[in-house]
Amino acid sequence: MKVSSWRIAVILLALIGSILYALPSLPGFADSPLLKLLPNAKINLGLDLKGGMHLTLGVDVEKAVDNALLQTGQEVRLEAADKGILVLRPKLVGRRVEFLLAKRDQKDALDELLQSRFPAMTVTTEDNAAGGIRYLGEYTSAYADNVRDMALNQVVRTLRNRIDQFGVAEPDIRKQADYRIQIQLPGLSDPERAIQLVGQTAQLTFHLVRDDIDPSVPLPPGVAMFPMVLDKASGAVSKTQSLPLDRDPLMTGEDVADARPAFDNNNRAQVSLNFNGRGAATFERITGEHVKKRMAIVLDGKIYTAPVIQDRIAGGRASITGYFTTAEAQDLAIVLRAGSLPAPVSILEERSVGPSLGKESIEKGLMAAMVGALAVAVIMPLYYSLAGVLADVMLIFTMTLLMAGLAAFGATLTLPGIAGIVLTIGMSVDANVLIFERIREELRRGAAALDAIAAGFDRASISIMDSNITTLIAAAILYQFGSGPVRGFAVTLTLGIIASMFTAIFVSRVVFSLWMSKNDGKSLSI
Amino acid sequence: MGFSLFRKETNIDFVGIRRYGYLLSGILIALCLFTVLFSGIRYGVDFAGGAAVQLQFERPIGDETIKNTLKGLNLPGLAVQQYGDSGRDYLLRFSTPQGLANEEIRSVVTTALQGIEGNSAVIQRLETVGPKVGADLRNAALEAIFYALLLITVYISGRFEQRWMTACIMAAILGAAMYAMGFIGLSMPLRVCACLAVTLAVCGWLRLNFALGAIIGLLHDVVVTVGLLTAMGKEFDLNIIAALLTLVGYSLNDTIIIYDRIRENLRAQDPKNIMPLGKIINISVNQTLARTVMTSVTTLAACLSLFILGGGVIHDFALTMLIGVIVGTFSTIFVCSPILMQLGSSEQYMIPVNADHKDKYERPGEHGVV
Repeated sequence: MKVSSWRIAVILLALIGSILYALPSLPGFADSPLLKLLPNAKINLGLDLKGGMHLTLGVDVEKAVDNALLQTGQEVRLEAADKGILVLRPKLVGRRVEFLLAKRDQKDALDELLQSRFPAMTVTTEDNAAGGIRYLGEYTSAYADNVRDMALNQVVRTLRNRIDQFGVAEPDIRKQADYRIQIQLPGLSDPERAIQLVGQTAQLTFHLVRDDIDPSVPLPPGVAMFPMVLDKASGAVSKTQSLPLDRDPLMTGEDVADARPAFDNNNRAQVSLNFNGRGAATFERITGEHVKKRMAIVLDGKIYTAPVIQDRIAGGRASITGYFTTAEAQDLAIVLRAGSLPAPVSILEERSVGPSLGKESIEKGLMAAMVGALAVAVIMPLYYSLAGVLADVMLIFTMTLLMAGLAAFGATLTLPGIAGIVLTIGMSVDANVLIFERIREELRRGAAALDAIAAGFDRASISIMDSNITTLIAAAILYQFGSGPVRGFAVTLTLGIIASMFTAIFVSRVVFSLWMSKNDGKSLSI
Repeated sequence: MGFSLFRKETNIDFVGIRRYGYLLSGILIALCLFTVLFSGIRYGVDFAGGAAVQLQFERPIGDETIKNTLKGLNLPGLAVQQYGDSGRDYLLRFSTPQGLANEEIRSVVTTALQGIEGNSAVIQRLETVGPKVGADLRNAALEAIFYALLLITVYISGRFEQRWMTACIMAAILGAAMYAMGFIGLSMPLRVCACLAVTLAVCGWLRLNFALGAIIGLLHDVVVTVGLLTAMGKEFDLNIIAALLTLVGYSLNDTIIIYDRIRENLRAQDPKNIMPLGKIINISVNQTLARTVMTSVTTLAACLSLFILGGGVIHDFALTMLIGVIVGTFSTIFVCSPILMQLGSSEQYMIPVNADHKDKYERPGEHGVV
């Protein structure tokens, strides 16, 4: 039997290439100097193997649309005022913004203004009992989508910023359909802090405290009760649980240039803020206007502190106190530096695995893989003698190819992925079994060794292709629909099938031919 | 020659005893459907939503202690289950409580467990899935199984009956129907069931018998495996769905190897003197019997090693595969193959061979590539 040299060349290339790619992923090679010469590709471990956290966040983009709409309402009021048109009280009503035109005879002027300056908004009007006209505005659907997308992008940017500052190695943040964001934080040791960091909207506002109002009677318009944060450490409920504040903030955290954790005179953790130029000016103005009144610093709707303004504050500095632990002060500083989220997020899905469990999983998984491979490797030679040994060699080759493939594609090995490897071991010998059984059948029928081998390979190859392609279809669908770990499994299975087809159909045929070429098939042992 | 299971070619009359096979799988399917309908499929956290928390305590602890400690939290449907055999590992499951955000579950549980004195607990694994995400995952899984079956139908009909066009058109229409039904707002389980029923009916009507046989075999395997897992009280999560899809691939492997043999033997028939289909099926199943047994043994060995040594998460995956491999091998021999005989005859399945190529197919075992 002659073996063409290109076949041998292909096999040698595959062998050397796969060894080169597989080596860096072996545990023993982690710090070897050899690594510099090898390809810079390694099998990544999934979160379930190295520990870490997987989050799916839902972004409430409608909230961003609402905010933008209210903002537009304010702009309408201001621009109308410039033209001498009196527009009152823009506010949200359901998903639309409502504002009142005080004088009916200014309707044409306002309509023209709306049309020329606010084309993204469509309005409906109705007469108001008080003699004005009530306008209800909403965005065109294209513009609303635009606002949603921008909010989503901004959320992703901000979260990336926060996580980078928090210090997680190789975080993975990506957008998904339906305004969802997927975050993977490998090797995370304190999931609770991470959730706090990611989930916080961090909307910082400064409001005037209305100490002149008695909270027990109905509040005047534009004032609302805001809750105070409680001292978690002592569990003590502060004297006043909520305060009446002006609903409209004096200023927002937009102009915060920097935020750092610090300590006050009593050595309690606090966060000190630095404003940018514009912020500093605003802060100086509002503190000057409200001396001897209280100003509340509100984060996400909760009052952290409400100190009395002793004097005009210049220099653009402020600090937030409020019963923080040191870690909380650090995290709050990060969040304020990175900026607020334009839309609130909620955690739809969390999966976290502690590092020790991950380590245990990988040890057990590898152990199972090893024992499984060993069992198969013992069965094959027992049943097929020398040919069985050949099958074992092919099994090792298949595994090397699989490892190399996983490394080259930068695939992520997950726990189900290890199961996929073990199954590949079981199923990859199937190809060899098919071929060997076919050869035996031909021999029983009285064919000469060489003819039996040729016929065996020819016929069995068709079966192998047919059966493996259907499994590949299942694996492809699994990849398409699956998430995280299941995808890892699909990748392992696919690479395993392809590798085993290559070794069984192509490589082992060449090896058989080389083996038989010595003495025309007399040495066949199957 | 090495050791072999069957010294000579076996000659077991599988087709002759097919009625016993049908009876057995009929009983099995009935029992499994009964179990599934009666006790219902238990969805894990992935699909039902809720939370799963794996804890490790410093020292062994009883599940009553844990339950009592957590009683005050009013976690709906709380189940405490020991994990592993050290007595220190426990798995908590519960639905997401009203008015508690996902992000608060961790701290609430940690705080409550601090109440157990001198035996601190560490959260090893925590999974919380919102109901919307759970439903999305479930629908995606069902859809995936359906599309996998559809594509496989096309491949089988094309390869075994040379009817690529018919099968492709059928698949396109079914795919479109599936898509369209989504707009009417039918729920995914209903859509998948309806489409599967239609697929079976259309395959029967178009006489795509190989595909029909393979799909019936697959449904058989999935139903029996799901039924047995339900009877064992296992919960269905993403890992088990992955195992079921792998099983679909494996069982199909088996079926196709035998169909391949049947096709080969059919092609080898002398057109003037065609063997009855039952006989051809019998010969084919016997010829591939050694391979069927060997592959099952090696795959079972690998799965068994996963089952025993693989640890927690892999355990159920391996169990699913173990059941599936056994059921799949049975269905290949006793369901998928005899069904071809039920549905047609040798003459129908024989594809007229081009006169030029005729000599190529004279003797079994000497065939080139089809």
